[in-house]
Amino acid sequence: MTTEQILIVFGVLFVLLNIAAGLIWVERRMLALWQDRLGPNRAGPLGVLIVLADTLKLFFKEDWIPPFADKWVFILAPAIVVASVLMSFVIIPFAPGIVVADLNIGVIFFLAMSSIAVYSIVLGGWASNNKYALLGALRGASQMIAYEVFMGLSLMGVVMLSGSFNLGDIVAAQKNLWFVVTQPVGFVIFLIAGIAETHRLPFDIPEAESELIAGYHAEYSGMKFGMFFIGEYLGVTLISAMIVTLFFGGWLGPAFLPPLAWFAIKLFFFIGLFILLRASLPRPRYDQLIGYGWKIILPVVLANLLITGAVALWLRG
Amino acid sequence: MISHLRTMWLVFIHLFKKKETIEYPEEKVQLRPRYRGRIVLTKDPDGGERCVGCYLCAVACPVDCIALQATEDENGRRYPDFFRINFSRCIFCGYCEEACPTYAIQLIPDFEMAEYNRQNLVFEKEDLLIDSQGKYPGYNFYRVAGLDAGVKKTGEGENEEPPVDVHSLLP
Repeated sequence: MTTEQILIVFGVLFVLLNIAAGLIWVERRMLALWQDRLGPNRAGPLGVLIVLADTLKLFFKEDWIPPFADKWVFILAPAIVVASVLMSFVIIPFAPGIVVADLNIGVIFFLAMSSIAVYSIVLGGWASNNKYALLGALRGASQMIAYEVFMGLSLMGVVMLSGSFNLGDIVAAQKNLWFVVTQPVGFVIFLIAGIAETHRLPFDIPEAESELIAGYHAEYSGMKFGMFFIGEYLGVTLISAMIVTLFFGGWLGPAFLPPLAWFAIKLFFFIGLFILLRASLPRPRYDQLIGYGWKIILPVVLANLLITGAVALWLRG
Repeated sequence: MISHLRTMWLVFIHLFKKKETIEYPEEKVQLRPRYRGRIVLTKDPDGGERCVGCYLCAVACPVDCIALQATEDENGRRYPDFFRINFSRCIFCGYCEEACPTYAIQLIPDFEMAEYNRQNLVFEKEDLLIDSQGKYPGYNFYRVAGLDAGVKKTGEGENEEPPVDVHSLLP
């Protein structure tokens, strides 16, 4: 391992954790603006220091483990979500040369890591020994496993067109045309599955406040809750980064800006979209979400796969 | 699907709408004249206390936050010896103002009375009494009442006829 690689690893980690923390502020400000409010604007310039205040508050909260909880699993669960999401970032090419591990099975690694994130929800809900947490975990598991399928299948079109599982090659294959043009159905389904994977607001069924209080993390406090919190924002960043890489040409863009800047612009556009989704759409019912997945998205994604394969074969002659 | 996109667009448009937030300490809230805030005791146009110590406010108060003791001066005019309102209990319902027969106790549009020490929220008479006639300028209870309390003689008040001589048979 060279010095450069180590620098990249720590640079990526540092930037990502800061983005995830900064998103607390971004999300609160954006949500407020979309709801005709101003949001936190007191601490520091434009209120950015609210992040610091929130973090300090979380640190000083009592780190309580319920006596009825399964202690070690309870502690493990929040670590899994952050670790698995951070592991997924390993394969994302932020710019030419800036990638932690240039795996030739990048897409599969990403899918595997996002499957592991399900464990944090299930274990967290199970170890809490609380009926609402367990219900949340149950919902989370079925939702994430269901949408994992569509997420994987929706990416196959991109993989077929680029002929590689390596994300760097996928970006390079979009030199002339972004895959969002050739794979619009794949993009829409990946976006929907991505929201379901990160259990963000339209699909935040595992933690639905109005039904399950906070769902699988109802019993968590202090920095353990903070881990779930940061894990969620990391997840949003991850799905946005994957959308950018797979469908919107990653770091490709006109030459007047460096590739990293193009990646960041696209990334923040999709993070903004995620927040807008939260601000505008109501939560579907649990059975509606699962039914919608299996009855509508699965046939559509399979048809998309079939047609993409046929067209790819026909073009190749 | 179309309706979802339309919803998202309509929410996005709100980015450019005027915000409802009033940035409070710098920007004050526009309070209505009849806003029920801090309670004050007003004075009549001659500078005397309006309060006659009738206890009706203390009776009307649903949380029992008003305490007073009535006394009389040399003219037989009643006034409160002490008048104490515990604002940490007060719910600003305005019943005391409605009950007051002399318009003495009034609620004014001021809510900025936060304190670090709860005991500081117990207002004594000198804190409550203001040098103003409040919402009813020109009103003096002793000028319209029949009682002679050093303000006017009996029968000389506003809208008041001279007392009838009950011993005379003349109409």
